[in-house]
Amino acid sequence: MDKMVPYPSGAIVPERDLNKKPILETHHLGIDFGGLTAVDEFSLTVGRTEICGLIGPNGAGKTTVFNMLTNVYQPTRGTILLDGKPTAGKTTAQVNRMGIARTFQNIRLFSNMSVLDNVKVGLHNSIKEGFISSVTHLFGYRKAEKTSTERALELLDFFSMADLAKVQAGSLPYGAQRRLEIVRALATNPGIILLDEPAAGMNPSETSELMENIRRIRDTFQISVMLIEHDMNLVMNICEGICVLDHGKIIAKGTPDEIKSNPAVIEAYLGKKKEAEDNAES
Amino acid sequence: MTLISNLINGISLGSVYAIIALGYTMVYGIAKMLNFAHGDVIMVGAYISYLSTTALNVPPLLSVLIAMVVCTVLGVVIEGLAYRPLRKASSLAVLITAIGVSYFLQNAALLIWGSAPKSFSSIVPFDSISLFGGDLIITSEAIVTVITCIVIMILLNLFTKKGKMGKAMRAVSEDKDAAQLMGINTNFTISMTFAIGSALAAVAGVLLCSAYPTLTPTTGSMPGIKAFTAAVFGGIGSIPGAMLGGILLGVIEIFATSYISSQLSDAILFAILIIVLLVKPTGLLGKAVKEKV
Repeated sequence: MDKMVPYPSGAIVPERDLNKKPILETHHLGIDFGGLTAVDEFSLTVGRTEICGLIGPNGAGKTTVFNMLTNVYQPTRGTILLDGKPTAGKTTAQVNRMGIARTFQNIRLFSNMSVLDNVKVGLHNSIKEGFISSVTHLFGYRKAEKTSTERALELLDFFSMADLAKVQAGSLPYGAQRRLEIVRALATNPGIILLDEPAAGMNPSETSELMENIRRIRDTFQISVMLIEHDMNLVMNICEGICVLDHGKIIAKGTPDEIKSNPAVIEAYLGKKKEAEDNAES
Repeated sequence: MTLISNLINGISLGSVYAIIALGYTMVYGIAKMLNFAHGDVIMVGAYISYLSTTALNVPPLLSVLIAMVVCTVLGVVIEGLAYRPLRKASSLAVLITAIGVSYFLQNAALLIWGSAPKSFSSIVPFDSISLFGGDLIITSEAIVTVITCIVIMILLNLFTKKGKMGKAMRAVSEDKDAAQLMGINTNFTISMTFAIGSALAAVAGVLLCSAYPTLTPTTGSMPGIKAFTAAVFGGIGSIPGAMLGGILLGVIEIFATSYISSQLSDAILFAILIIVLLVKPTGLLGKAVKEKV
Protein backbone atom coordinates (compact mmCIF):
# COMPACT_ATOMS: atom_id res chain seq x y z
CA MET A 1 0.00 0.00 0.00
CA ASP A 2 1.34 3.39 -0.99
CA LYS A 3 1.88 6.20 1.47
CA MET A 4 -0.87 8.81 1.50
CA VAL A 5 0.52 12.22 0.58
CA PRO A 6 -1.12 15.63 0.27
CA TYR A 7 -1.96 17.52 -2.92
CA PRO A 8 -1.17 21.24 -2.76
CA SER A 9 -4.83 21.70 -1.80
CA GLY A 10 -4.25 19.59 1.30
CA ALA A 11 -6.38 16.63 0.22
CA ILE A 12 -4.50 13.38 0.63
CA VAL A 13 -4.14 10.75 -2.10
CA PRO A 14 -1.88 7.71 -2.58
CA GLU A 15 1.65 8.73 -3.58
CA ARG A 16 1.41 7.06 -7.01
CA ASP A 17 -1.58 9.29 -7.91
CA LEU A 18 0.05 12.54 -6.83
CA ASN A 19 1.03 13.74 -10.29
CA LYS A 20 -2.33 12.73 -11.80
CA LYS A 21 -5.57 14.66 -11.72
CA PRO A 22 -7.94 13.25 -9.06
CA ILE A 23 -10.76 11.12 -10.50
CA LEU A 24 -13.35 12.63 -8.19
CA GLU A 25 -13.56 15.89 -6.28
CA THR A 26 -16.51 17.23 -4.37
CA HIS A 27 -16.67 20.69 -2.88
CA HIS A 28 -19.10 21.63 -0.11
CA LEU A 29 -21.67 19.15 -1.40
CA GLY A 30 -25.02 19.23 0.36
CA ILE A 31 -28.60 18.14 -0.11
CA ASP A 32 -31.83 19.03 1.67
CA PHE A 33 -35.02 16.99 1.63
CA GLY A 34 -37.76 19.44 2.50
CA GLY A 35 -36.40 21.19 5.58
CA LEU A 36 -34.09 18.35 6.52
CA THR A 37 -30.42 18.57 5.64
CA ALA A 38 -29.37 15.02 4.81
CA VAL A 39 -25.77 15.74 3.82
CA ASP A 40 -23.83 18.97 4.24
CA GLU A 41 -20.35 20.30 3.51
CA PHE A 42 -19.19 17.06 1.93
CA SER A 43 -15.77 17.80 0.43
CA LEU A 44 -13.64 14.89 -0.69
CA THR A 45 -10.86 14.17 -3.16
CA VAL A 46 -10.33 10.66 -4.49
CA GLY A 47 -7.08 9.76 -6.25
CA ARG A 48 -6.94 8.19 -9.70
CA THR A 49 -6.33 4.64 -8.42
CA GLU A 50 -7.28 5.03 -4.78
CA ILE A 51 -9.43 2.61 -2.81
CA CYS A 52 -11.47 4.88 -0.65
CA GLY A 53 -13.87 3.95 2.14
CA LEU A 54 -16.98 5.84 3.15
CA ILE A 55 -18.08 4.74 6.59
CA GLY A 56 -20.38 5.90 9.33
CA PRO A 57 -23.28 4.80 11.50
CA ASN A 58 -26.61 3.83 9.92
CA GLY A 59 -28.49 6.81 8.55
CA ALA A 60 -25.36 8.96 8.33
CA GLY A 61 -26.07 9.75 4.66
CA LYS A 62 -23.58 7.45 2.93
CA THR A 63 -25.95 6.13 0.25
CA THR A 64 -27.25 9.68 -0.22
CA VAL A 65 -23.69 10.68 -1.13
CA PHE A 66 -23.59 7.87 -3.72
CA ASN A 67 -26.93 9.03 -5.08
CA MET A 68 -25.61 12.57 -5.46
CA LEU A 69 -22.40 11.39 -7.11
CA THR A 70 -24.47 9.52 -9.72
CA ASN A 71 -27.01 12.36 -10.06
CA VAL A 72 -29.86 10.15 -8.88
CA TYR A 73 -30.37 13.07 -6.48
CA GLN A 74 -29.49 16.57 -7.64
CA PRO A 75 -27.35 18.16 -4.91
CA THR A 76 -28.81 21.30 -3.34
CA ARG A 77 -25.37 22.87 -2.87
CA GLY A 78 -21.80 22.35 -3.92
CA THR A 79 -20.02 20.91 -6.94
CA ILE A 80 -18.91 17.49 -8.11
CA LEU A 81 -15.97 17.22 -10.48
CA LEU A 82 -15.64 13.88 -12.21
CA ASP A 83 -12.27 13.62 -13.93
CA GLY A 84 -12.11 17.40 -13.62
CA LYS A 85 -15.46 18.01 -15.30
CA PRO A 86 -18.54 19.27 -13.42
CA THR A 87 -21.53 16.88 -13.39
CA ALA A 88 -24.18 19.47 -12.53
CA GLY A 89 -27.24 19.32 -14.78
CA LYS A 90 -26.31 15.97 -16.30
CA THR A 91 -28.66 12.98 -16.29
CA THR A 92 -27.75 9.79 -14.47
CA ALA A 93 -27.01 8.09 -17.79
CA GLN A 94 -24.74 10.95 -18.89
CA VAL A 95 -22.84 10.87 -15.60
CA ASN A 96 -22.33 7.14 -16.08
CA ARG A 97 -20.88 7.81 -19.52
CA MET A 98 -18.56 10.40 -17.97
CA GLY A 99 -17.00 7.57 -16.00
CA ILE A 100 -18.82 6.67 -12.80
CA ALA A 101 -20.50 3.32 -12.19
CA ARG A 102 -22.06 1.79 -9.10
CA THR A 103 -23.62 -1.20 -7.43
CA PHE A 104 -26.55 -1.18 -5.05
CA GLN A 105 -27.06 -1.92 -1.37
CA ASN A 106 -29.91 -4.27 -2.24
CA ILE A 107 -29.01 -6.07 -5.44
CA ARG A 108 -30.65 -4.62 -8.54
CA LEU A 109 -29.74 -6.92 -11.39
CA PHE A 110 -31.98 -7.39 -14.42
CA SER A 111 -33.00 -10.69 -12.89
CA ASN A 112 -35.06 -12.03 -15.81
CA MET A 113 -32.15 -11.58 -18.20
CA SER A 114 -29.19 -13.91 -18.56
CA VAL A 115 -25.88 -13.20 -16.83
CA LEU A 116 -24.33 -12.42 -20.21
CA ASP A 117 -27.11 -10.02 -21.19
CA ASN A 118 -26.77 -8.17 -17.88
CA VAL A 119 -23.13 -7.48 -18.69
CA LYS A 120 -24.02 -6.55 -22.26
CA VAL A 121 -26.45 -3.93 -20.97
CA GLY A 122 -23.45 -2.45 -19.18
CA LEU A 123 -21.59 -2.45 -22.49
CA HIS A 124 -24.48 -0.57 -24.16
CA ASN A 125 -22.58 2.62 -24.87
CA SER A 126 -19.41 0.99 -26.12
CA ILE A 127 -21.20 -1.03 -28.79
CA LYS A 128 -21.84 0.56 -32.16
CA GLU A 129 -25.05 -0.90 -33.50
CA GLY A 130 -27.81 1.06 -35.17
CA PHE A 131 -31.56 0.59 -35.15
CA ILE A 132 -31.68 -0.91 -38.63
CA SER A 133 -29.03 -3.51 -37.88
CA SER A 134 -30.79 -4.32 -34.59
CA VAL A 135 -34.02 -5.11 -36.45
CA THR A 136 -32.60 -6.82 -39.49
CA HIS A 137 -29.57 -8.47 -37.89
CA LEU A 138 -27.57 -7.27 -40.90
CA PHE A 139 -25.16 -4.40 -41.54
CA GLY A 140 -22.52 -5.16 -38.96
CA TYR A 141 -24.91 -6.69 -36.45
CA ARG A 142 -22.94 -9.91 -36.14
CA LYS A 143 -19.64 -8.14 -35.67
CA ALA A 144 -21.07 -5.78 -33.03
CA GLU A 145 -22.72 -8.66 -31.17
CA LYS A 146 -19.58 -10.77 -31.37
CA THR A 147 -17.43 -7.98 -29.98
CA SER A 148 -19.82 -7.34 -27.12
CA THR A 149 -20.15 -11.05 -26.30
CA GLU A 150 -16.38 -11.45 -26.26
CA ARG A 151 -15.89 -8.40 -24.09
CA ALA A 152 -18.65 -9.52 -21.71
CA LEU A 153 -17.18 -13.01 -21.37
CA GLU A 154 -13.75 -11.53 -20.75
CA LEU A 155 -15.14 -9.45 -17.89
CA LEU A 156 -17.07 -12.41 -16.49
CA ASP A 157 -13.94 -14.51 -16.69
CA PHE A 158 -12.14 -11.96 -14.56
CA PHE A 159 -14.47 -13.03 -11.73
CA SER A 160 -14.47 -16.72 -12.81
CA MET A 161 -18.11 -16.43 -13.90
CA ALA A 162 -17.78 -17.14 -17.63
CA ASP A 163 -19.33 -20.59 -17.22
CA LEU A 164 -22.47 -18.98 -15.75
CA ALA A 165 -23.05 -16.75 -18.80
CA LYS A 166 -26.26 -18.45 -19.93
CA VAL A 167 -27.82 -18.66 -16.46
CA GLN A 168 -30.71 -16.36 -15.56
CA ALA A 169 -29.28 -13.64 -13.31
CA GLY A 170 -32.07 -13.92 -10.73
CA SER A 171 -31.35 -17.59 -10.10
CA LEU A 172 -27.67 -17.09 -9.19
CA PRO A 173 -26.62 -17.59 -5.59
CA TYR A 174 -26.37 -14.43 -3.54
CA GLY A 175 -22.59 -14.05 -3.65
CA ALA A 176 -22.53 -14.51 -7.43
CA GLN A 177 -25.28 -11.90 -7.85
CA ARG A 178 -23.13 -9.42 -5.91
CA ARG A 179 -20.16 -10.23 -8.14
CA LEU A 180 -22.27 -9.91 -11.28
CA GLU A 181 -23.39 -6.44 -10.19
CA ILE A 182 -19.74 -5.42 -10.00
CA VAL A 183 -19.01 -6.94 -13.44
CA ARG A 184 -22.01 -5.12 -14.93
CA ALA A 185 -20.82 -1.83 -13.46
CA LEU A 186 -17.28 -2.44 -14.74
CA ALA A 187 -18.70 -3.07 -18.22
CA THR A 188 -19.66 0.60 -18.49
CA ASN A 189 -15.92 1.34 -18.50
CA PRO A 190 -15.83 3.66 -15.49
CA GLY A 191 -12.97 5.67 -14.06
CA ILE A 192 -14.39 5.17 -10.58
CA ILE A 193 -16.69 2.47 -9.31
CA LEU A 194 -18.92 2.96 -6.27
CA LEU A 195 -19.71 -0.16 -4.25
CA ASP A 196 -22.59 0.14 -1.80
CA GLU A 197 -22.00 -2.40 0.98
CA PRO A 198 -20.35 -5.02 -1.24
CA ALA A 199 -19.71 -7.40 1.66
CA ALA A 200 -23.23 -7.27 3.13
CA GLY A 201 -24.43 -10.79 3.88
CA MET A 202 -21.10 -12.43 3.03
CA ASN A 203 -19.26 -14.93 5.20
CA PRO A 204 -15.59 -14.33 6.14
CA SER A 205 -14.17 -16.40 3.27
CA GLU A 206 -16.39 -14.65 0.71
CA THR A 207 -15.37 -11.31 2.22
CA SER A 208 -11.67 -12.04 1.88
CA GLU A 209 -12.25 -13.12 -1.72
CA LEU A 210 -14.08 -9.83 -2.28
CA MET A 211 -11.15 -7.87 -0.84
CA GLU A 212 -8.84 -9.63 -3.23
CA ASN A 213 -11.20 -8.85 -6.12
CA ILE A 214 -11.42 -5.17 -5.23
CA ARG A 215 -7.63 -4.91 -5.27
CA ARG A 216 -7.54 -6.77 -8.59
CA ILE A 217 -10.09 -4.39 -10.10
CA ARG A 218 -7.96 -1.43 -9.08
CA ASP A 219 -4.72 -2.98 -10.34
CA THR A 220 -6.07 -4.40 -13.61
CA PHE A 221 -8.31 -1.57 -14.75
CA GLN A 222 -6.29 1.20 -13.06
CA ILE A 223 -9.45 2.76 -11.71
CA SER A 224 -10.53 4.04 -8.36
CA VAL A 225 -12.90 2.17 -6.03
CA MET A 226 -15.04 3.94 -3.47
CA LEU A 227 -16.99 1.77 -1.09
CA ILE A 228 -19.55 2.02 1.66
CA GLU A 229 -19.04 -0.80 4.13
CA HIS A 230 -19.82 -1.74 7.70
CA ASP A 231 -17.28 -4.56 7.83
CA MET A 232 -14.40 -2.72 9.54
CA ASN A 233 -11.96 -5.54 8.87
CA LEU A 234 -12.50 -5.07 5.12
CA VAL A 235 -12.39 -1.29 5.28
CA MET A 236 -9.23 -1.10 7.40
CA ASN A 237 -7.51 -3.72 5.26
CA ILE A 238 -8.04 -2.44 1.74
CA CYS A 239 -8.93 1.25 1.95
CA GLU A 240 -6.13 3.75 1.56
CA GLY A 241 -8.20 6.76 2.44
CA ILE A 242 -11.26 6.69 4.69
CA CYS A 243 -13.95 9.28 5.14
CA VAL A 244 -16.26 9.05 8.15
CA LEU A 245 -19.73 10.48 7.92
CA ASP A 246 -22.06 11.11 10.86
CA HIS A 247 -25.39 12.94 10.71
CA GLY A 248 -24.63 14.02 7.15
CA LYS A 249 -21.31 15.66 7.98
CA ILE A 250 -17.72 14.48 7.57
CA ILE A 251 -16.29 14.00 11.03
CA ALA A 252 -12.94 12.56 9.98
CA LYS A 253 -10.78 11.90 6.93
CA GLY A 254 -7.51 10.07 6.80
CA THR A 255 -5.62 6.80 6.60
CA PRO A 256 -6.95 3.68 8.36
CA ASP A 257 -4.53 4.19 11.25
CA GLU A 258 -5.57 7.81 11.73
CA ILE A 259 -9.25 6.87 11.62
CA LYS A 260 -8.84 4.03 14.15
CA SER A 261 -7.42 6.39 16.74
CA ASN A 262 -9.61 9.40 15.98
CA PRO A 263 -11.66 10.28 19.08
CA ALA A 264 -14.54 11.77 17.04
CA VAL A 265 -14.92 8.48 15.15
CA ILE A 266 -14.83 6.40 18.30
CA GLU A 267 -17.46 8.71 19.76
CA ALA A 268 -19.73 8.41 16.70
CA TYR A 269 -19.55 4.63 16.77
CA LEU A 270 -19.48 3.93 20.49
CA GLY A 271 -21.09 6.97 22.06
CA LYS A 272 -19.52 9.68 24.20
CA LYS A 273 -16.72 8.67 26.50
CA LYS A 274 -18.13 10.94 29.18
CA GLU A 275 -21.44 9.07 29.15
CA ALA A 276 -19.65 5.76 29.32
CA GLU A 277 -17.70 6.92 32.36
CA ASP A 278 -20.83 8.30 33.96
CA ASN A 279 -22.53 5.00 33.43
CA ALA A 280 -19.57 3.19 34.91
CA GLU A 281 -19.66 5.36 38.00
CA SER A 282 -23.37 5.03 38.66
CA MET B 1 -66.70 -24.87 -44.94
CA THR B 2 -68.27 -22.00 -43.03
CA LEU B 3 -66.29 -23.19 -40.03
CA ILE B 4 -62.99 -22.88 -41.88
CA SER B 5 -64.03 -19.61 -43.43
CA ASN B 6 -64.98 -18.25 -40.00
CA LEU B 7 -61.72 -19.46 -38.57
CA ILE B 8 -59.76 -17.67 -41.29
CA ASN B 9 -61.73 -14.47 -40.78
CA GLY B 10 -61.20 -14.78 -37.06
CA ILE B 11 -57.46 -15.24 -37.38
CA SER B 12 -57.30 -12.33 -39.79
CA LEU B 13 -59.23 -9.98 -37.50
CA GLY B 14 -57.21 -11.35 -34.59
CA SER B 15 -53.99 -10.54 -36.41
CA VAL B 16 -55.03 -6.89 -36.58
CA TYR B 17 -55.85 -6.95 -32.86
CA ALA B 18 -52.50 -8.60 -32.25
CA ILE B 19 -50.57 -5.89 -34.11
CA ILE B 20 -52.39 -3.20 -32.12
CA ALA B 21 -51.95 -5.15 -28.90
CA LEU B 22 -48.18 -5.24 -29.46
CA GLY B 23 -48.15 -1.45 -29.19
CA TYR B 24 -50.09 -1.53 -25.91
CA THR B 25 -48.02 -4.28 -24.42
CA MET B 26 -44.60 -2.87 -25.40
CA VAL B 27 -45.42 0.55 -24.01
CA TYR B 28 -46.83 -1.02 -20.86
CA GLY B 29 -43.79 -3.26 -20.49
CA ILE B 30 -41.34 -0.41 -20.74
CA ALA B 31 -43.07 2.74 -19.51
CA LYS B 32 -45.49 0.90 -17.16
CA MET B 33 -48.38 2.95 -18.50
CA LEU B 34 -51.55 2.27 -20.47
CA ASN B 35 -51.51 4.41 -23.58
CA PHE B 36 -55.22 4.67 -24.28
CA ALA B 37 -54.52 7.00 -27.18
CA HIS B 38 -52.98 4.07 -29.05
CA GLY B 39 -56.31 3.17 -30.68
CA ASP B 40 -56.64 6.66 -32.09
CA VAL B 41 -53.18 6.52 -33.61
CA ILE B 42 -54.60 3.65 -35.70
CA MET B 43 -57.34 5.94 -36.94
CA VAL B 44 -54.83 8.67 -37.83
CA GLY B 45 -52.77 6.08 -39.71
CA ALA B 46 -55.80 4.97 -41.70
CA TYR B 47 -56.72 8.58 -42.56
CA ILE B 48 -53.19 9.38 -43.69
CA SER B 49 -53.13 6.32 -45.93
CA TYR B 50 -56.62 7.16 -47.25
CA LEU B 51 -55.72 10.78 -47.99
CA SER B 52 -52.42 9.99 -49.63
CA THR B 53 -54.05 7.49 -51.99
CA THR B 54 -57.12 9.62 -52.80
CA ALA B 55 -55.80 13.18 -52.73
CA LEU B 56 -52.19 12.62 -53.72
CA ASN B 57 -52.61 9.52 -55.87
CA VAL B 58 -49.79 7.77 -54.08
CA PRO B 59 -49.49 4.02 -54.73
CA PRO B 60 -51.05 1.97 -51.88
CA LEU B 61 -47.82 0.52 -50.53
CA LEU B 62 -46.17 3.94 -50.38
CA SER B 63 -49.24 5.30 -48.61
CA VAL B 64 -48.70 2.73 -45.86
CA LEU B 65 -45.10 3.90 -45.48
CA ILE B 66 -46.25 7.53 -45.27
CA ALA B 67 -48.82 6.56 -42.65
CA MET B 68 -46.14 4.74 -40.68
CA VAL B 69 -43.82 7.74 -40.74
CA VAL B 70 -46.58 10.15 -39.70
CA CYS B 71 -47.74 7.86 -36.90
CA THR B 72 -44.18 7.31 -35.66
CA VAL B 73 -43.70 11.05 -35.38
CA LEU B 74 -47.14 11.41 -33.78
CA GLY B 75 -46.35 8.70 -31.22
CA VAL B 76 -43.02 10.27 -30.27
CA VAL B 77 -44.60 13.73 -30.03
CA ILE B 78 -47.46 12.45 -27.84
CA GLU B 79 -44.95 10.74 -25.56
CA GLY B 80 -42.69 13.78 -25.37
CA LEU B 81 -45.42 16.36 -24.79
CA ALA B 82 -48.02 14.49 -22.77
CA TYR B 83 -46.36 11.60 -20.97
CA ARG B 84 -42.71 12.52 -20.41
CA PRO B 85 -43.48 15.44 -18.08
CA LEU B 86 -45.49 12.96 -15.97
CA ARG B 87 -42.70 10.39 -15.66
CA LYS B 88 -42.57 10.73 -11.90
CA ALA B 89 -46.31 11.40 -11.46
CA SER B 90 -48.79 8.80 -10.20
CA SER B 91 -49.92 6.21 -12.71
CA LEU B 92 -53.48 7.52 -12.37
CA ALA B 93 -52.43 10.95 -13.63
CA VAL B 94 -50.79 9.32 -16.67
CA LEU B 95 -53.88 7.20 -17.31
CA ILE B 96 -56.18 10.23 -17.28
CA THR B 97 -53.77 12.08 -19.58
CA ALA B 98 -53.83 9.15 -21.99
CA ILE B 99 -57.63 9.24 -22.09
CA GLY B 100 -57.39 12.99 -22.69
CA VAL B 101 -54.97 12.48 -25.58
CA SER B 102 -57.36 9.89 -27.02
CA TYR B 103 -60.26 12.37 -27.03
CA PHE B 104 -57.99 15.08 -28.35
CA LEU B 105 -57.01 12.94 -31.36
CA GLN B 106 -60.61 11.93 -32.06
CA ASN B 107 -61.85 15.51 -31.95
CA ALA B 108 -58.92 16.84 -33.94
CA ALA B 109 -59.74 14.25 -36.61
CA LEU B 110 -63.39 15.31 -36.50
CA LEU B 111 -62.35 18.91 -36.98
CA ILE B 112 -59.91 18.23 -39.79
CA TRP B 113 -61.59 15.43 -41.71
CA GLY B 114 -65.25 15.83 -40.70
CA SER B 115 -67.68 13.28 -39.34
CA ALA B 116 -68.79 11.85 -42.68
CA PRO B 117 -67.50 8.30 -43.05
CA LYS B 118 -64.87 7.84 -45.71
CA SER B 119 -64.96 4.68 -47.71
CA PHE B 120 -61.51 3.20 -47.56
CA SER B 121 -60.45 1.25 -50.60
CA SER B 122 -58.40 -1.82 -49.86
CA ILE B 123 -54.69 -1.43 -50.33
CA VAL B 124 -54.32 -5.08 -51.27
CA PRO B 125 -54.12 -5.32 -55.04
CA PHE B 126 -54.82 -9.05 -55.45
CA ASP B 127 -58.12 -10.89 -55.91
CA SER B 128 -59.61 -13.22 -53.35
CA ILE B 129 -58.78 -16.89 -53.59
CA SER B 130 -61.62 -19.23 -54.25
CA LEU B 131 -61.21 -22.85 -53.16
CA PHE B 132 -63.33 -26.00 -53.40
CA GLY B 133 -65.31 -24.68 -56.36
CA GLY B 134 -66.27 -21.45 -54.61
CA ASP B 135 -67.23 -23.06 -51.31
CA LEU B 136 -64.37 -21.42 -49.48
CA ILE B 137 -63.36 -17.88 -50.31
CA ILE B 138 -60.27 -16.48 -48.66
CA THR B 139 -59.98 -12.75 -49.10
CA SER B 140 -56.62 -11.40 -50.12
CA GLU B 141 -56.85 -8.95 -47.19
CA ALA B 142 -57.00 -11.89 -44.78
CA ILE B 143 -53.89 -13.43 -46.29
CA VAL B 144 -51.92 -10.20 -46.30
CA THR B 145 -52.99 -9.41 -42.74
CA VAL B 146 -51.93 -12.76 -41.36
CA ILE B 147 -48.59 -12.71 -43.19
CA THR B 148 -47.88 -9.14 -42.06
CA CYS B 149 -48.68 -10.13 -38.52
CA ILE B 150 -46.29 -13.09 -38.61
CA VAL B 151 -43.49 -11.01 -40.14
CA ILE B 152 -43.93 -8.28 -37.51
CA MET B 153 -43.91 -10.87 -34.76
CA ILE B 154 -40.65 -12.40 -35.99
CA LEU B 155 -38.91 -9.05 -36.48
CA LEU B 156 -40.04 -7.78 -33.10
CA ASN B 157 -38.85 -10.93 -31.39
CA LEU B 158 -35.44 -10.66 -33.06
CA PHE B 159 -35.29 -7.02 -32.07
CA THR B 160 -36.12 -7.44 -28.39
CA LYS B 161 -34.42 -10.76 -27.74
CA LYS B 162 -31.10 -9.86 -29.28
CA GLY B 163 -29.28 -6.71 -30.19
CA LYS B 164 -28.31 -3.69 -28.20
CA MET B 165 -31.55 -1.68 -28.36
CA GLY B 166 -33.66 -4.68 -27.43
CA LYS B 167 -31.46 -5.39 -24.43
CA ALA B 168 -31.71 -1.76 -23.39
CA MET B 169 -35.50 -2.02 -23.65
CA ARG B 170 -35.64 -5.15 -21.52
CA ALA B 171 -33.31 -3.54 -19.01
CA VAL B 172 -35.49 -0.41 -18.79
CA SER B 173 -38.58 -2.57 -18.44
CA GLU B 174 -37.05 -4.47 -15.50
CA ASP B 175 -35.47 -1.62 -13.58
CA LYS B 176 -35.52 1.87 -15.02
CA ASP B 177 -33.20 3.38 -12.41
CA ALA B 178 -30.60 0.66 -12.60
CA ALA B 179 -30.65 0.86 -16.42
CA GLN B 180 -30.03 4.59 -16.21
CA LEU B 181 -27.07 3.98 -13.93
CA MET B 182 -25.67 1.64 -16.59
CA GLY B 183 -25.61 4.59 -18.97
CA ILE B 184 -28.85 3.83 -20.78
CA ASN B 185 -30.84 6.84 -21.89
CA THR B 186 -34.27 5.77 -20.63
CA ASN B 187 -36.14 8.66 -22.24
CA PHE B 188 -34.74 7.71 -25.62
CA THR B 189 -35.59 4.05 -25.04
CA ILE B 190 -39.18 4.93 -24.13
CA SER B 191 -39.44 7.19 -27.21
CA MET B 192 -38.22 4.30 -29.36
CA THR B 193 -40.91 2.08 -27.91
CA PHE B 194 -43.61 4.62 -28.73
CA ALA B 195 -42.16 5.01 -32.22
CA ILE B 196 -42.28 1.27 -32.90
CA GLY B 197 -45.75 0.87 -31.37
CA SER B 198 -47.13 3.78 -33.40
CA ALA B 199 -45.61 2.58 -36.66
CA LEU B 200 -47.30 -0.78 -36.02
CA ALA B 201 -50.55 1.05 -35.26
CA ALA B 202 -50.41 2.65 -38.71
CA VAL B 203 -50.01 -0.78 -40.33
CA ALA B 204 -52.90 -2.10 -38.23
CA GLY B 205 -55.07 0.86 -39.21
CA VAL B 206 -54.54 0.29 -42.89
CA LEU B 207 -55.15 -3.46 -42.60
CA LEU B 208 -58.25 -2.94 -40.48
CA CYS B 209 -59.76 -0.44 -42.90
CA SER B 210 -58.88 -2.65 -45.85
CA ALA B 211 -61.04 -5.38 -44.36
CA TYR B 212 -63.72 -3.12 -42.84
CA PRO B 213 -63.72 -0.13 -45.18
CA THR B 214 -65.61 2.52 -43.20
CA LEU B 215 -63.35 5.21 -41.82
CA THR B 216 -64.56 7.73 -39.22
CA PRO B 217 -62.77 9.61 -36.41
CA THR B 218 -63.88 6.94 -33.93
CA THR B 219 -62.76 4.00 -36.06
CA GLY B 220 -59.80 3.33 -33.83
CA SER B 221 -61.46 3.38 -30.45
CA MET B 222 -63.28 0.01 -30.39
CA PRO B 223 -60.43 -1.99 -32.00
CA GLY B 224 -58.13 -0.14 -29.61
CA ILE B 225 -60.10 -1.28 -26.58
CA LYS B 226 -60.35 -4.82 -27.91
CA ALA B 227 -56.63 -4.93 -28.62
CA PHE B 228 -56.00 -3.67 -25.11
CA THR B 229 -58.23 -6.50 -23.91
CA ALA B 230 -56.17 -8.87 -26.05
CA ALA B 231 -52.97 -7.61 -24.46
CA VAL B 232 -54.41 -8.19 -20.97
CA PHE B 233 -55.83 -11.54 -22.06
CA GLY B 234 -52.42 -12.75 -23.24
CA GLY B 235 -50.56 -11.21 -20.31
CA ILE B 236 -49.74 -7.54 -20.54
CA GLY B 237 -46.05 -6.81 -21.04
CA SER B 238 -45.52 -10.04 -22.97
CA ILE B 239 -45.02 -9.84 -26.73
CA PRO B 240 -46.01 -13.46 -27.53
CA GLY B 241 -48.92 -12.94 -25.10
CA ALA B 242 -50.20 -9.98 -27.12
CA MET B 243 -49.99 -12.08 -30.27
CA LEU B 244 -51.82 -15.04 -28.76
CA GLY B 245 -54.39 -12.85 -27.03
CA GLY B 246 -55.08 -10.90 -30.23
CA ILE B 247 -55.64 -13.96 -32.37
CA LEU B 248 -57.78 -15.74 -29.76
CA LEU B 249 -59.87 -12.62 -29.36
CA GLY B 250 -60.42 -12.29 -33.10
CA VAL B 251 -61.46 -15.94 -33.43
CA ILE B 252 -63.81 -15.73 -30.43
CA GLU B 253 -65.38 -12.56 -31.80
CA ILE B 254 -66.05 -13.99 -35.25
CA PHE B 255 -67.36 -17.29 -33.86
CA ALA B 256 -69.61 -15.53 -31.38
CA THR B 257 -70.90 -13.28 -34.14
CA SER B 258 -71.73 -16.04 -36.55
CA TYR B 259 -72.85 -18.84 -34.23
CA ILE B 260 -74.46 -17.04 -31.31
CA SER B 261 -75.46 -13.47 -31.98
CA SER B 262 -73.80 -10.54 -33.63
CA GLN B 263 -75.26 -8.20 -31.03
CA LEU B 264 -73.92 -10.26 -28.17
CA SER B 265 -70.45 -10.89 -29.59
CA ASP B 266 -68.74 -8.13 -27.63
CA ALA B 267 -70.51 -9.13 -24.43
CA ILE B 268 -69.35 -12.72 -24.88
CA LEU B 269 -65.82 -11.52 -25.62
CA PHE B 270 -65.55 -9.51 -22.45
CA ALA B 271 -67.24 -12.21 -20.39
CA ILE B 272 -64.50 -14.63 -21.49
CA LEU B 273 -61.88 -12.05 -20.60
CA ILE B 274 -63.31 -11.74 -17.09
CA ILE B 275 -63.32 -15.51 -16.64
CA VAL B 276 -59.72 -15.84 -17.83
CA LEU B 277 -58.60 -13.08 -15.50
CA LEU B 278 -60.43 -14.70 -12.58
CA VAL B 279 -58.64 -17.98 -13.19
CA LYS B 280 -55.28 -16.52 -14.19
CA PRO B 281 -55.01 -12.87 -13.15
CA THR B 282 -51.70 -12.34 -15.00
CA GLY B 283 -53.21 -13.36 -18.35
CA LEU B 284 -52.44 -16.44 -20.42
CA LEU B 285 -48.68 -15.91 -20.82
CA GLY B 286 -48.12 -13.29 -18.13
CA LYS B 287 -45.51 -13.83 -15.48
CA ALA B 288 -46.53 -13.65 -11.87
CA VAL B 289 -44.65 -10.89 -10.13
CA LYS B 290 -42.81 -12.42 -7.23
CA GLU B 291 -42.67 -10.20 -4.21
CA LYS B 292 -39.77 -10.92 -1.92
CA VAL B 293 -40.65 -10.69 1.74
